[in-house]
Amino acid sequence: MYSLAIEIPYWGQSLLRVLGGLVAVLLPAGTIVYVFLFKMMSFMQSRLGPMEAGPYGSLQLIAEVGKWLQKEDIAPEKADVRIFKMAPIIVLLSTFLLVVVVPFGPDAYFTDFSVGIFYALAVGSVSVIGILVAGWASANKYSLLGGLRAAGQLIAYELPMVLAVVGVVIQAGSMNLQDIVVAQNTGQIFGWGGLGNPYVITQFVGFVIFMIAVQAELTQAPFDMPIAESELVSGYMTEYSGFRFLMFFIGEFATAGVFAFIASVLFLGGWGVPFGWFGWESLDQVSNWMNIGGPLIMFTKMMVLTFIIMWVRFSYPRFREDQLQRFAWKVLIPVSLANIVVTAILKVAF
Amino acid sequence: MVVPLSETTDTAPPVALPGDGLREQVIDLLRSELGEGLVDTHLIPQTDLWVRVDRSVWRRTAEVLRSAGFDHFCFISAIDWLPSPFGRGEDDPSDPPPERSTEIVQGYAGGETRFQMLARLTDTNRHLGVNIKCDVPTEDVVVDSWVQVFAGANWHERETHEMFGIGFAGHPDLRNMYLPGDFEGYPLRKDFPLLARMVKPWPGIVDVEPMPVADADETSSDETPAVTPDGDQS
Amino acid sequence: MTVLSDRQQLSYIAAQAADARLNVELETEGMTLNIGPQHPATHGTLRIIARLDGEQVVWAEPGCGYMHRGYEKLTEVRTFPQVTSLINRIDWLGSFANEVPFILAAEQLMEIEAPPRAQWIRTILFELSRIANVSLFLGDLGVQMGAITPVFLAFRDREYVLNLIEGATGGRFHPNFDRIGGLKEDLPAGWVAETRQVMRKMRQFCDEIEDLLFGNEIFQSRMRGIGVIPADVARQYGLTGANLRASGVDWDLRRDQSLPMAWDKVDFKVWTHPDGDSFARCWVRLQETREATKIVEQLLDTMPAGPVMAKVPRIIKVPEGEAWVSTENPLGEMGYYVVSKGDLGPFRVKIRSASFNNISVVPWVLKGVYVPDIITILASLYFILGDIDR
Repeated sequence: MYSLAIEIPYWGQSLLRVLGGLVAVLLPAGTIVYVFLFKMMSFMQSRLGPMEAGPYGSLQLIAEVGKWLQKEDIAPEKADVRIFKMAPIIVLLSTFLLVVVVPFGPDAYFTDFSVGIFYALAVGSVSVIGILVAGWASANKYSLLGGLRAAGQLIAYELPMVLAVVGVVIQAGSMNLQDIVVAQNTGQIFGWGGLGNPYVITQFVGFVIFMIAVQAELTQAPFDMPIAESELVSGYMTEYSGFRFLMFFIGEFATAGVFAFIASVLFLGGWGVPFGWFGWESLDQVSNWMNIGGPLIMFTKMMVLTFIIMWVRFSYPRFREDQLQRFAWKVLIPVSLANIVVTAILKVAF
Repeated sequence: MVVPLSETTDTAPPVALPGDGLREQVIDLLRSELGEGLVDTHLIPQTDLWVRVDRSVWRRTAEVLRSAGFDHFCFISAIDWLPSPFGRGEDDPSDPPPERSTEIVQGYAGGETRFQMLARLTDTNRHLGVNIKCDVPTEDVVVDSWVQVFAGANWHERETHEMFGIGFAGHPDLRNMYLPGDFEGYPLRKDFPLLARMVKPWPGIVDVEPMPVADADETSSDETPAVTPDGDQS
Repeated sequence: MTVLSDRQQLSYIAAQAADARLNVELETEGMTLNIGPQHPATHGTLRIIARLDGEQVVWAEPGCGYMHRGYEKLTEVRTFPQVTSLINRIDWLGSFANEVPFILAAEQLMEIEAPPRAQWIRTILFELSRIANVSLFLGDLGVQMGAITPVFLAFRDREYVLNLIEGATGGRFHPNFDRIGGLKEDLPAGWVAETRQVMRKMRQFCDEIEDLLFGNEIFQSRMRGIGVIPADVARQYGLTGANLRASGVDWDLRRDQSLPMAWDKVDFKVWTHPDGDSFARCWVRLQETREATKIVEQLLDTMPAGPVMAKVPRIIKVPEGEAWVSTENPLGEMGYYVVSKGDLGPFRVKIRSASFNNISVVPWVLKGVYVPDIITILASLYFILGDIDR
């Protein structure tokens, strides 16, 4: 935000960033819930979904939020109340921490971390603590089982996710997300640069593993054992109601959006278009309108990726806990390790 | 063990429907195995077979029949042959209580006691069933448990225990299935009143009052009155 | 008492040994999980008390009776024609099928038989209730495993069948249409053509479910080899219906006994499966739904003309006697042992419902499985609460 930063005082910048962060988290969450959860799922199930609130049910989301906000904030008698109330905040917080490093344009980012992806993967697992705490503090056996399952699952899938990203980092030669975007948009595939080098092509295996791991991190079907509504009622969320449940709910879909942002930065070229199309050669030459266009491009890519996530979620039954662990340790991790080795060899060779 | 969909098969071709010869064989077998224990039998041709055994061979009957191919357990229950002292609840509660018969008349294959065990086993290969009855004296309402022979008898005996108050010697766990643990009385015994019905006769009972004469005349022409033995309909 | 299959026994022993080792080191403690009576997986109010070690079940015990309505007692104060309105609430998803065996038992005692057309229509409606019932089971399977889409497809297509039942009987869930000696009414005009159409639709629905669920790798890995019930155990516990046939026992009351119904006039296959696992149970039900559509179509082709009601007296008194009639209901063998004393109402009715026996195997089959498998095994055994508690 160089061009803007000169004219705006520090408090103004901070305010802008907070607003930007809220938009970057809540807008995808709202859009995903309405477009995918309300409408797409309904169409897949031969029904219309919400139709009454607003034209085509578009205000349903506001109605829902209003409903949740009105509800009483109940904590079970035997719960560890302070921790119980803290848990959804931790979960939502990790989403905000994640979005901090995502670049939305040449200058439109919140912070420019040189080890951005490392940071993202690190704070991505903070939500585990929230979930575990929620499961424990609820004083409910279903919640406890759900929390334990979530912890086991998230830790197991953290690994393939990190390993899948390593391939990208090797190819880009940087852990800075902005550099990764630039590397993809200025890159070439075997000397042809018409599309840049979106890593979804050269790192396809890594992309697939990353998306599977994201699905598991988000505890969406077929990896939704922590909330498994048919066996654990609602897992770690069972005892939550009112706006604390809403925070979990927002957290779930906002995290889906943010992980889709990160995936599009890592694999789909992020906010950029191939720089060759406009004759740019480096980040400094990118024109300022990309600060407006970039977020739109990111948003589109995010919608495509969350569409895949939700599509899988609505169609698949869920795994059993042991099958899930077996899949992570026996399939995903060996494949991603092999992917790293092959990437490293090719990187050295070319 | 996992068989692809295309390889699933019928294990046995359909056998001809059972005749009465098979049922007589069952009676012969029980007579030779149980001797005096087989008290009475009742065979309705082409329909079904009833046997009544002595209480001492109740479990033995299950074992014999199981080894003779009746290895599919159908149910265990009991019958209380006492005519209900409350009738069927159709009386007007303001009238003096009517006189009712207290004579106990048992059904097929006879009987001597108020309570009778009733069980059924099926032979899935020969497509045959047999109803087994057994007298249970009122002063000692206990029979042997079948759990050791048919594991599935467990729940049925628990149900019979709580509904009729019949004890099962050798049953591992005769808890109530439905009722609260401290419930008093045995609901399916005939002397257990159906209170809701006692307090207020069920309004639906008016259906069986005699029809108005004109209406009855129209329909009586095409009726076959032979069905009801006492022929007291319009 | 219980005969464990080799697989279960080995896994159980292995788990016990592992626990013993762990207990020495960690002093672990079991947990009692109370599933139900209010729980999404129990379709009503079944309660399962499970002793867990981690996520493995050490023992489990269903607790029923939250819905006991005392039908056996209530029948003793009803007249014979009134009983049908009670008993079609036993298995409320296939309610017409509940009425049939009772009516047949009463007819057997009265030594009358419904006219052929009534027999045909009874059989058709019986099979329609089976389709309505089992199609919901097929959709529900997915929900139990977190796939939310199939159940909506099932509800959508079951509606067509319910419309047919409503068209013929006037009631979607509780038709109360069967009378001693025949049926209340004949079929309405246009019903036959519509039924043919719906049967085609239901076969498409079966294909759809087969694609969506049965071919899914996750579904198979959750179902295959899980909850194996060997044939011997199945017989001992008196399992019936698809649960018994999935254990390889070829026993179907539609084919294996002679009743005054039209099943012996049609050609249909009784499917069995040798595995006895959850998948086999579901698969047999899927095939049965297909067979049922074919049975209905064949019966529509051959339906005789004539009255739908035999000549019966206005006031029905059933002669003294006892009768046992059971039919192959959607859930399994449903039978009524009717004792009559020559009165207006039955003296005693023993209702042998399928789910009661089918669920009594649960403590045996749940030993040593994981918590998520409790749900799939219960779903595949397919019970309806009213059918357990009566």
